[in-house]
Amino acid sequence: MSTLKIGEGFEELIDWLGTRGAPVFDAIRSVLTACINGLESALLLPPSYAIITVLMVLAWRLSGLGTAVFTALGMLLIQDMGLWKATMETLALVLCSAMVALVLGIPLGIWAAYSRVVERVLRPALDLMQTMPAFVYLIPAVLFFRLGKVPGVVATVIFAMPPAVRLTNLGIRQVPTEVVEAAIAFGATPRQTLLNVQLPIAVPTLLAGVNQTIMLSLSMVVISAMIGAGGLGEQVLKGITQLRIGLGFESGIAVVILAIVLDRLTHALGKPRARSS
Amino acid sequence: MEKIEVRGLRKIYGGNPERAIALLEKGQSKQQILEETGCTVAIQEASFDVKAGEIFVIMGLSGSGKSTVLRCLNRLIEPSAGSVHVDGVDVTRADRAGLLDVRRRKMAMVFQNFGLLPHRSIIRNVEYGLEMQGLERRESRPKAMQALELVGLKGYEEKLPRELSGGMQQRVGLARAIATDAEILLMDEAFSALDPLIRRQMQDELLELQSRMNKTIVFITHDLDEALKLGGRIVIMKDGCIAQLGTPEEILRSPADDYVRAFVEHVDRTKVLTARAIMRRPESVVHPKDGPALAVKRMRESGTSTLFVTNQARKLVGLVRIEDTLRLMAENKHSLEGALVTDLPTTSPDTPLAKLVAVAATTQIPIAVVAEDQSFLGIVSRATLLASIAGEQH
Repeated sequence: MSTLKIGEGFEELIDWLGTRGAPVFDAIRSVLTACINGLESALLLPPSYAIITVLMVLAWRLSGLGTAVFTALGMLLIQDMGLWKATMETLALVLCSAMVALVLGIPLGIWAAYSRVVERVLRPALDLMQTMPAFVYLIPAVLFFRLGKVPGVVATVIFAMPPAVRLTNLGIRQVPTEVVEAAIAFGATPRQTLLNVQLPIAVPTLLAGVNQTIMLSLSMVVISAMIGAGGLGEQVLKGITQLRIGLGFESGIAVVILAIVLDRLTHALGKPRARSS
Repeated sequence: MEKIEVRGLRKIYGGNPERAIALLEKGQSKQQILEETGCTVAIQEASFDVKAGEIFVIMGLSGSGKSTVLRCLNRLIEPSAGSVHVDGVDVTRADRAGLLDVRRRKMAMVFQNFGLLPHRSIIRNVEYGLEMQGLERRESRPKAMQALELVGLKGYEEKLPRELSGGMQQRVGLARAIATDAEILLMDEAFSALDPLIRRQMQDELLELQSRMNKTIVFITHDLDEALKLGGRIVIMKDGCIAQLGTPEEILRSPADDYVRAFVEHVDRTKVLTARAIMRRPESVVHPKDGPALAVKRMRESGTSTLFVTNQARKLVGLVRIEDTLRLMAENKHSLEGALVTDLPTTSPDTPLAKLVAVAATTQIPIAVVAEDQSFLGIVSRATLLASIAGEQH
């Protein structure tokens, strides 16, 4: 233990938060639970072929024929391996985490773009979130939210949010000064400048942030499975702990397929497409 | 009341502008103030008026504060001190709504790198100012189309800015500004990013447009030739101060200090100075009814061999030569009409010297400067012409 008792201090803080913050955590817990359950039902209730078709059409429209074919084959393979349910659970978890990360991260990024102070405060915080080993905040997450999917989402959000903040900030700061000046000179309010000029121009960078957030969410799948988040991560863990090499490999493949599909879909979002005026 | 009145404008960057202003008033230099307060003085002091309908050029090198002055006019940059009255209303004291109104309706700005919205089509860019004025699409579209036509870009409505060349993009910037119907155009180095050839073309087009629109234009440039070409009046800025304010001719003919002198040294004055600037009042003229004797007397007095003849309304009729006049005297004629030469070199007062040279080369007699209604304004002799080109004061 250090002489400054950093560890003890942290423990006390967590204790205090656990008792005082209980109502807040309970509220967060029920919102997240609803979100995850909703997404899971949406993905699991329809027959798998319907979901595959939707994904395929999305891939085709957003990215192209190649991605569509890959999506279809990949998803069929997952189904064939008997991992459909686990994959959909993971997809629900990833989408829910990414949504929360973006809902928090994009406004923070905008705020940081407007204020140098905010940017300066946020930068080390984001560094901490990204570099602190995820296991360290898994434990408090469990203390606050108990075992299950919710702490999984919380841990994932902490890990996956930084690129959303950073790239939103960057995207807005990259808008040429003169373009912003032009908007203001013609009488745009700060709100109009943000909505009509800065955000639309920042969209490609912003979507790169969305892509990164989703990919990072996916990389937390196995770790969050350790606290009972289920899904593909659970299958991978089973493979490891029970030495079922085949299951582990198959689940790993499913994670990779999901990752590639999500990456191509969100990556394509950021590319300039045919303009709709 | 002038269109824009700028008084005591100052801009100081840094933590303690009040103290910097106090020091400025004590006469300390930019450098001293930077050392003492850590503040950067962008504009030390600027006061000037812009008249309605003129092209007012603010010229200076980078760092002279010219762009800062321009941005203080619509408060893209908040001035540290001073006032900016537009049509008699102090913009620096306007509240949020008032300021937005000034920006939306009174002033429109054109930028060096065009400042177009890259994600919007050309026509939607031109509509931007109108959109800010709160116009519906069906009202703004025809106005925007008209502005686009005015700058010669009809047919490019649905292109994106990046699909256009620099010159064309700046036309879009100009159209966007014109479309708002604002009476004041603020042009920030509007042509500086363009190739020389395109730049000259845009300057000509601006002058042509201006002759039709009659806007009040504040034009920023670092290019003296551009300033002299466009400017009705020019302000030369140096280190955040006004070094000189005057018409192109005043600045060329009597530079206020060494800084301005160094600037104007290399200017091709034959393109800037006009006949009006160098012409002399003719020493004496005669009327057609005056007799040859009087004409000969006048010529003797002024030591010339020719004399211009005007009618009662001071319109130029022609000239007489000494030899013809003497012949008339010998023939005992009482009128000059028999000796009148009417085919003589004339020029308008706005003709640049470069063109006068060609005229002077074909004739020995001085060139008569006449207004459009043939009023006789003055004469330009070969000697005057050569001296002016050489940059001699007179």
